[in-house]
Amino acid sequence: MSGEAHTSGDYIKHHLQNLTFGQHPDGTWGVAHSAAEAKEMGFWAINLDSMGVGIILGLIFLLLFRAAAKKATVGVPSGLQNFVEWVVEFIDGSVRGSFSHKNALVAPLALTVFMWVFLMNFMDLLPIDWLPWIATLLGVPYLKIVPSTDPNVTFALALSVFVLVLYYSVKMKGPGGFFAELAFQPIPKFQFPVNLLLEGVGLIAKPVSLSLRLFGNMYAGEMIFILIALMFSGGVLLGVFGGVLQWAWAVFHILIITLQAFIFMTLTIVYLDMAHSEHH
Amino acid sequence: MNFNATLIGQTITFIFFVWFCMKFVWPPIMNALEARKKQIADGLAAADRGKHELELAAKAAADNMRDAKAQAAEVLAQAEKRAAQIVEDAKNAAKAEGERQLAAAQANIEQEANRARENLREQVAQLAVAGAERILRREVSAQAHAELLNQLKAEL
Repeated sequence: MSGEAHTSGDYIKHHLQNLTFGQHPDGTWGVAHSAAEAKEMGFWAINLDSMGVGIILGLIFLLLFRAAAKKATVGVPSGLQNFVEWVVEFIDGSVRGSFSHKNALVAPLALTVFMWVFLMNFMDLLPIDWLPWIATLLGVPYLKIVPSTDPNVTFALALSVFVLVLYYSVKMKGPGGFFAELAFQPIPKFQFPVNLLLEGVGLIAKPVSLSLRLFGNMYAGEMIFILIALMFSGGVLLGVFGGVLQWAWAVFHILIITLQAFIFMTLTIVYLDMAHSEHH
Repeated sequence: MNFNATLIGQTITFIFFVWFCMKFVWPPIMNALEARKKQIADGLAAADRGKHELELAAKAAADNMRDAKAQAAEVLAQAEKRAAQIVEDAKNAAKAEGERQLAAAQANIEQEANRARENLREQVAQLAVAGAERILRREVSAQAHAELLNQLKAEL
């Protein structure tokens, strides 16, 4: 709990604010010290915490898997290799189950999505005050350690997937084929403005729902952790109750973070499969 | 929910991660998995083959055993036959030898008897001559009756 957070409202707001670096209205560059300041920085600012934690987690994933990949032997696998192979086989099975075309990109993409999203979600299970408290001691005003509660992160993932969907739709069906898919169904051709509207909404809904689902789940989960954490300042009885609640919610959250990572990965595969397939 | 350049930064990061994963993580692991799958399949096939070969070898061994037994029985029978033959041969040879020796002995005996008979005849003749000489000492000369005596000797 930071020095400035006195009321419950301040505490919650403090936990929901990213560490934003950008240009202040007066022209100087620096870190925003309040939500208002962060807003004033406009688009050309960057959330240092989301970027930093995201990159660190991504590197942990890649270096771990790379280490296993380098030492991968045909013989009896050791502990790390065994774990990595288990994950890879799980992803491979999911891709084989949902993706019926040949594309060398999809499986590594699915693996990256799953592991990265899972690790970013996993940060939710760390007690929410640990790292921000250390950061405050180091003079960093804000630290939001769960990157997937930052819509920038979830939208970045979803939009990347969306670009791939568009790319493969055009590549596989041709521009005309893709347009026909959007315009000439579900109702017959002469109604194509209506079709275009319906299918266009459906198309746009893919990345939006993909990113908002992850963001919403993680944000809500984080919010509940914050609310539970508020109990710790309400006396011994409430504090103990809060501790039990936090434990219970964390256990339940193990399911949620895995599920959300899995859903994100599966939908990525399914969307790409749809992009490759000719409809009707 | 305010968007900023983090969106772009995370997109670039994501693209880099996917690229890295696609280039350096996924293929070696998949290769190892495929290779292991193949090795296991090969191992199972080899085990099957080994089992099959074992069965064949057992069958061949049983065949060999049976052959050897038959051969041994045959050899045994032959040997028995041969032994009986040898005994038979030996018996025959002994019998022949015995007969031969018997014949020789008989011939010998005959010869001896003939010789003895000859001697006896000689002596009887002499005795007879001597007897006759004593009887007829005064009236008959040996020279005069030699022819008669010789005739008598031949008749004996």
